[in-house]
Amino acid sequence: MVTRGTGRAAPSARAAFRTRVPGLDWVLVVAVALLLVVGTLLVWSATSTREALVGDDTTAYLRRQLVNIAIGVVLMVVVIATDHRWLRILAPLVYVVSVIGLLLVLVMGTTINGSRSWVQVGGMSIQPAEFAKLAVVIGMALLVAERSEASWRRHVGTGDVVGMLAIAAVPAVLILGQPDLGTMLVLTATVLGVLAIAGAPRRWLVGLLAGGVGVAALAVTQGVLKPYQVDRFMAFTNPDLDPRGAGYNVEQARIAIGNGGLFGQGLFDGSQTRSGFVPEQQTDFIFTVAGEELGLVGAGALVLLLCVVVWRALRIATSSPDMFGRIAAGGIACWFGFQAFQNIGMCLGIMPVTGVPLPFVSYGGSSLFSCLLAVGLLQNIHLRSGAAQPNRYVAGPRVLAGR
Amino acid sequence: MRQETPGARRSRLRLVVVQALVLTLFATLFARLWFLQVLDGEAYQAQAASQSVREIVVQPPRGLVVDAQGRPLVANRTAWVVGVDRTLVGRIDSTDREVVLDRLAGTLGIERAALDARLLDCGDAGSVEGSCWNGSPYQPVPVAVDVDRAVALRILEQAEDFPAVVAEEQTVRDYPQPYGVNAAHLLGYLSPITESELDAAEASDDRSVNGASNVGRAGVEQEYDEWLRGMPGYRRVAVDSMGRVVGDDSSVEATPGDTLVTSIDAQVQSVVEQQLASTIATARATRDEVTGRDYVADSGAAIVMEADTGRIVAMASQPTYDPEVWSGGISSDELAYLYSEEAGTPLLSRAMQGQFAPGSTWKPFMTAGALENGYSTDTRLDCSSSYRVGNREFRNYESGAYGSIGFDKALEVSCNTFFYRIGHAFWQQAGGDPADIDAADPLVEEAKDFGFGTATGIDVPGETSGRIADRAWKQEYYESQRDYYCTVGEEEGDDFQHRFAREFCAEGNLYRAGDAVNFSIGQGDTLVTPLQLTRAYAALANGGTLYEPRVAKAVVSPEGDLVRDIPPVVAGQVDVPADYISYIDAALSNVTAQGTMAWRMGGFPLDQVDIRSKTGSAEVYGKQSTSWVASYSDDYVVVMMVSQGGTGSGTSGPAIRAIWESLYGVQGEEVVPDAAAIPGTVPPTGLPTFTEDGSILPPVRDPQEAS
Repeated sequence: MVTRGTGRAAPSARAAFRTRVPGLDWVLVVAVALLLVVGTLLVWSATSTREALVGDDTTAYLRRQLVNIAIGVVLMVVVIATDHRWLRILAPLVYVVSVIGLLLVLVMGTTINGSRSWVQVGGMSIQPAEFAKLAVVIGMALLVAERSEASWRRHVGTGDVVGMLAIAAVPAVLILGQPDLGTMLVLTATVLGVLAIAGAPRRWLVGLLAGGVGVAALAVTQGVLKPYQVDRFMAFTNPDLDPRGAGYNVEQARIAIGNGGLFGQGLFDGSQTRSGFVPEQQTDFIFTVAGEELGLVGAGALVLLLCVVVWRALRIATSSPDMFGRIAAGGIACWFGFQAFQNIGMCLGIMPVTGVPLPFVSYGGSSLFSCLLAVGLLQNIHLRSGAAQPNRYVAGPRVLAGR
Repeated sequence: MRQETPGARRSRLRLVVVQALVLTLFATLFARLWFLQVLDGEAYQAQAASQSVREIVVQPPRGLVVDAQGRPLVANRTAWVVGVDRTLVGRIDSTDREVVLDRLAGTLGIERAALDARLLDCGDAGSVEGSCWNGSPYQPVPVAVDVDRAVALRILEQAEDFPAVVAEEQTVRDYPQPYGVNAAHLLGYLSPITESELDAAEASDDRSVNGASNVGRAGVEQEYDEWLRGMPGYRRVAVDSMGRVVGDDSSVEATPGDTLVTSIDAQVQSVVEQQLASTIATARATRDEVTGRDYVADSGAAIVMEADTGRIVAMASQPTYDPEVWSGGISSDELAYLYSEEAGTPLLSRAMQGQFAPGSTWKPFMTAGALENGYSTDTRLDCSSSYRVGNREFRNYESGAYGSIGFDKALEVSCNTFFYRIGHAFWQQAGGDPADIDAADPLVEEAKDFGFGTATGIDVPGETSGRIADRAWKQEYYESQRDYYCTVGEEEGDDFQHRFAREFCAEGNLYRAGDAVNFSIGQGDTLVTPLQLTRAYAALANGGTLYEPRVAKAVVSPEGDLVRDIPPVVAGQVDVPADYISYIDAALSNVTAQGTMAWRMGGFPLDQVDIRSKTGSAEVYGKQSTSWVASYSDDYVVVMMVSQGGTGSGTSGPAIRAIWESLYGVQGEEVVPDAAAIPGTVPPTGLPTFTEDGSILPPVRDPQEAS
């Protein structure tokens, strides 16, 4: 009786939900949900044997991550349900709060792994840099949309580009001060992506790219970066450059992933994961757990899920008729895409070792919150662009899109 | 489709580019993933296994050494061993490492420098053989063995204070000491394998030893090491990144070493050791009439051998030491003590490594040599109080004179002048030329025939060969020492040392008549080991067979199956006709009944247990005389010697009698077979019975044998 009852109830509940929020991008919902589930399992697997982290309670990280997800999902739902006009009004606030957070980090932050990235708020460790990425994307999209009066009537000019760069520059300088090279890399890639999608002149894009490379080269040759910092950064090409630090991570990450083979050793059965050879495995190196325990098949599926999320974000950007929606969604896609590439690439030894989390998968509240907020924003944009739902947003899009 | 503005179109095109870019990035990730997990997967899997699975050597329990009745002489016990895992120590940052190592040294009560020395690999700069580590780099290095249980438990319980430090139980040698036996020189000891030994073992693919092995260094522990050591096992365990064991993977059981059954009888050994010790103690409290001082009695030895097989039943040496000092590593102080002259070099087994002038115990062999070379049992010579050779007067003991006597009487009263005459006669017979190195010497030949001057071949390593001071030896010695003495002789001075040096420099190679007469009574430069003398007397007892003495009887597997029988080995047959041997035998019987040994054997039931004996007091220049008694029955040979201990029967007599009493169960004037130290009086031919539950029972006696 019971089984039959639930069997019947499920579809009807889904149908009811669908009627309530008809315009959700369900592929994105499912992909994110799967990523959250897999990520939670991987975090649990990575931490259940680490007595130093969890003590006697092997589910400590599992429970904390579930709480994080719950909070994140609530945030996401709030964003989905909020009228986009309110979002636009609130967006500058998010930006300002992020910048204040970054300032607080520099003043009173906690140093972990050599960079000052955390700030304690009410018993929670918050990483403002995670929110800053979202804030920069929204801020830049908002600026362009406001200056162009939300239409594509004119090209994005130099003034727009300078304004956008200014928006990005404030948090970027603060992040460099921590210093958090990984977030900086992701932010740079995201800003470039946003500029490109916003339609910034090509000479600006090329110029910025060349300028970035030039600054980096200057930093290395002029000794702004100390040799050991360069070594640490380059350790992924040759672990011997920093054998006790990043090089060790690179080596152990490769061994763990290589140990997975085609089908992996099974969830909770990875010998390297069980034995804790890979440092920071529940956060930055969470992908190595997937690699070892789920193998090529599982880790490949994980890459595919992330790819799906980025793909949906790009689709939402493409189908968004207004400038803000397209630039914001496109920016989020660039952010997710590059951060995932940076993180997985680091685990696979093709990107430098920098502390960026894997979206939706790594343990940690700030990353999850900002990613789910971004997904909420994507769904919000998607809802608005859906022409099939005129009853709810009848006036809005028309006015804003100027159609 | 609505009309697109140029801006929107550019944006859309840009999105397509971004899409392609993202796709490329993810494709790159997938390709790299495939490369790592499939293409190079096996290499990484091997690396993963090598760091997460560690092979731990499980040392096998070493085999037991038991006596002829199955009583363990050497067994094993568990001891706490504290080790340091150097891989993990390397991961601790340097300031913390100093703190941990200082704390460990303090807890163990050892010097920090000594701890550091232990952690060095042999071959590394600054490593010292003996304290450096030979073993596997993956295995914790033992830094303290046999530590207090309390200390070990403290290290285990406060693991957070001692990262990278492990404490575990290992087996070390244990000495149950049945009847309080010591037998240190017989049993030997263990010490860690050296690098060259390990290299040799690896070259010959010998897997029975590893870098953490202890190998036998002396005694039967060394001689039968390959049987006793067993085969190490291996345990593969899963370890975490801090090297802590998180689970078992697989294991190969260690094979315990085989048990060595010896012919030693713990009870006899105990009696012999006690008698030797008390003899020395008594001698040290006895005034030496010659020097006017108490006897020094610096060392001594006593041996009981089975006459018909050459098996050692008991063998004691003084000074001795506690073999337990080797268990768990010996300290350098203890080692220095064992080698020190002051302590009388306790490590040296006087029974087989000590060389002494045999004195009058030599005479039976000279008798045999004389009888074979022209003299007869009817020969009568004058036992005068002194005998003149050249310008020197050779005296009898206490200048006694016994008139014209035969060999039998000469042995009985130990007449020196009788044998001087024989020695002198042979010397003259050979031409009387002191410089003739090739001159025949029947007495020397006879001594060699009885095995003197060569090692006996006992199955205990380190034996010395003694020496026969014949013409060839004198020449050789002269050539090696001439330069030294000639230099000394050129110095000013007219004391004995300088006069001797000048004389030696001029004609030290000459074999004079004095050398020949000294040889005939076992004086001078001729040296024997107590074991050589024992074996030669065994030949007299058994009709002329010289055995290679044996301590081991058999090797038995841990399950109790015979692995290897170790039979008596005949080294040769002495070239003495049987009737001469029985003539000498009868004479030596008289020594006990009415000769030099008689005053010590009063009331002993010689009619039931016929003890033949010969006493000897060997004089050593500048020292007190060496006390000897060599004796035998139909079954056993018993020899005792005390260096600087006094006269033969005077010092060693009572102990010899006590040993015989214990061997045959003599109580007062009665022989009580049940009181004999060895059940059935004679050594068992069979081996002890090894039961399935691990206990060892005495050998089953053949009923015929018992009667």
